[in-house]
Amino acid sequence: MTSQNTKTEMLSGAAMVIRALADEGVEYLYGYPGGAVLHIYDALFQQSKVKHVLVRHEQAATHMADAYARASGKAGVVLVTSGPGATNAVTGIATAYMDSIPMVVLTGQVMSHLIGEDAFQETDMLGISRPIVKHNMSVRRPEDIPYLIKKAFYIAQSGRPGPVVLDIPKDMTMPHERYPYQYPESIKLRSYNPTAAGHPGQIKKAVTALLKAKRPVIYAGGGVIMGQAAEELTALARKLNYPVTNTLMGLGAFPAADRQFVGMLGMHGSYEANMTMHHADVILAVGARFDDRVTNNTKKFCPDATIIHIDIDPASISKTINAHIPIVGLVKPVLSAMLAQLEQKKAQPDTQALATWWQQIDEWRTVHGGHYDSDTAVLKPQAVIEAVSRITQGEAYVTSDVGQHQMFAAQYYKFNKPNRWINSGGLGTMGFGLPAAMGVKLNYPDADVVCVTGEGSIQMNIQELSTCKQYGLGVKIINLNNGYLGMVKQWQDMNYESRYASSYMDSLPDFVKLAEAYGHVGIRVTKPEELQPALEKAFAHKDQLVFLDIHVDPKEHVYPMQVPGGAINDMFLSKTKRT
Amino acid sequence: MRHIISVLLENEPGSLARVVGLFAQRGYNIDSLTVAPTEDATMSRLTLVTHGNDQVIEQITKQLHKLIEVVKLQDLSESAHVERELMLIKVKATSGEQRDEVKRCADIFRGQIIDVTAKTFTIQVVGTSDKLDAFIEALKGSAIIEVVRSGVSGIARGEKTLTL
Repeated sequence: MTSQNTKTEMLSGAAMVIRALADEGVEYLYGYPGGAVLHIYDALFQQSKVKHVLVRHEQAATHMADAYARASGKAGVVLVTSGPGATNAVTGIATAYMDSIPMVVLTGQVMSHLIGEDAFQETDMLGISRPIVKHNMSVRRPEDIPYLIKKAFYIAQSGRPGPVVLDIPKDMTMPHERYPYQYPESIKLRSYNPTAAGHPGQIKKAVTALLKAKRPVIYAGGGVIMGQAAEELTALARKLNYPVTNTLMGLGAFPAADRQFVGMLGMHGSYEANMTMHHADVILAVGARFDDRVTNNTKKFCPDATIIHIDIDPASISKTINAHIPIVGLVKPVLSAMLAQLEQKKAQPDTQALATWWQQIDEWRTVHGGHYDSDTAVLKPQAVIEAVSRITQGEAYVTSDVGQHQMFAAQYYKFNKPNRWINSGGLGTMGFGLPAAMGVKLNYPDADVVCVTGEGSIQMNIQELSTCKQYGLGVKIINLNNGYLGMVKQWQDMNYESRYASSYMDSLPDFVKLAEAYGHVGIRVTKPEELQPALEKAFAHKDQLVFLDIHVDPKEHVYPMQVPGGAINDMFLSKTKRT
Repeated sequence: MRHIISVLLENEPGSLARVVGLFAQRGYNIDSLTVAPTEDATMSRLTLVTHGNDQVIEQITKQLHKLIEVVKLQDLSESAHVERELMLIKVKATSGEQRDEVKRCADIFRGQIIDVTAKTFTIQVVGTSDKLDAFIEALKGSAIIEVVRSGVSGIARGEKTLTL
């Protein structure tokens, strides 16, 4: 094809990559340059639509893209070079995969003719990423680039979302070889057609079962957040006046301030949430996957419950817990259809049974109620999260790393909106929090973005403080510093007679000085009375990164905690009390 | 329970690795696997024999469906089907008596002797896996030198099909 007899634009492979991203509406690309992607970086330099964010380590690029996707619902995009660039991205890809987050990762590759020859910076990225992606592909002809990029976005964002890797050998992007460019409007694949609407017969059955319930509960997960169905879920729950529990991934799907909310369920779920689940006669599971951190021992799971399970992924249905009424479909249209049926139906929920049920739940609420010993001279981590929740009025974007601080954030921050709680639930990736906060802050510059972390996790990607300076990302870092890998220590206290094998970190840096060295503001808090003024000061710095190094009680444990091998309602409620 | 799962797969590089990887990754069994392009060169047909309880088989079919390159699949063993496996077996056949015995045995199993040397016979047998097992058992007395089995291929009986 020549350019004389057609209006089709002629672009190099490298230019096509960037143009396709622009045509897809991508604003930010997170990445790190290197040999195999230099042609693409040169094309990036020659335009202004797609902006590039240069991280300090590729893992951070993936978490930034991932967090953007969690906050916005749209796929985040990453560009890394071949070999170590690509392998550094692996943890971030796996993180997105485990939490079903849409992401498109462009990885450079050595020249096609060198593939398989153990060339410099060659790695079989398709092979490495295969078990941790929704799909992966490689470019074999430069003219396929627009189609493959469209396909990558389509697969990443439809059905059950997930990361897609596109491997691009360097010779596919040669600057002087030009090919006709046209970005496809849509893609149709004969082998991939995810279901959207649920089966009407199943929906009808589900509504009937729900209305018959005497001890119902709605159990909502990350599918409600990514499926943008929080509004429908809330409407359905309020119409029925049924209690709602959210999974770790589902926090914000139903407002925490609502009386019908019984808290998070599972391993560190609230007493009332786990009790409500265990005693329920009908469970409506929405976009949740009966993960082992929720169910505890599956053989003892919710013995009396009829289970209605709505999920976009048929493989998630009856995987660990048998669903009596499965509904495969996007949660949003399915919940809308259920609401519409409820509007039409004359039948009402059994109000008398419901009143008894609520009375029971309210009693359970008084048993533990998120209690912790706040009357001490030592600052408690729970108190820090409660203070952050108050000062941001439950409106901030909160990212976290992994460990005790993550559970405290999940338990004590009152999430009233979806897409605000951003954490690595499935993979449990330490080092996620800071880059995640950066990804959110870059895209939502006016919002308060808080990274709740610990002195262990923060050091896994602390180099990104430099990226924060370069792009002026004023995130607020809440470092719950207890000198220990807290969750590891808690397990060692509970199961290993307090033998702290490698859970204590000596020689921690002076985080205040470190923050300052990177050009940020650092504040240390060591006493309870210093907390409130420090937080006020931190949040007053609108555009600056503030690193709050908060020294908290190293002896504190996260409770409730499920008893291993028990039912969902077998819990430790404190160091001395269990159910 | 033994199941025969038949899969129509996009004939793309790496698509077979995805299927095999899925089984390795999730700890499912593969008893045999056979794959080749169909009359439409863009598609491969894969026949996989596995075993597991109903829950495991349900997960296997669902997880296979999730692979982007899987177009369609069918659990052949759920309904009437025909299955065949091909075996090439090389046996030592030196004495006249031994040669007669092997020949007789091959005839009983409707095997064909497809290669002959002064010391060996190579026999081709086609049938269900059970039949091939039985043939090996019947030849136990003779010295088996080498066995190659194709793995099971299968197709549904009657009107039922696995096509686009």
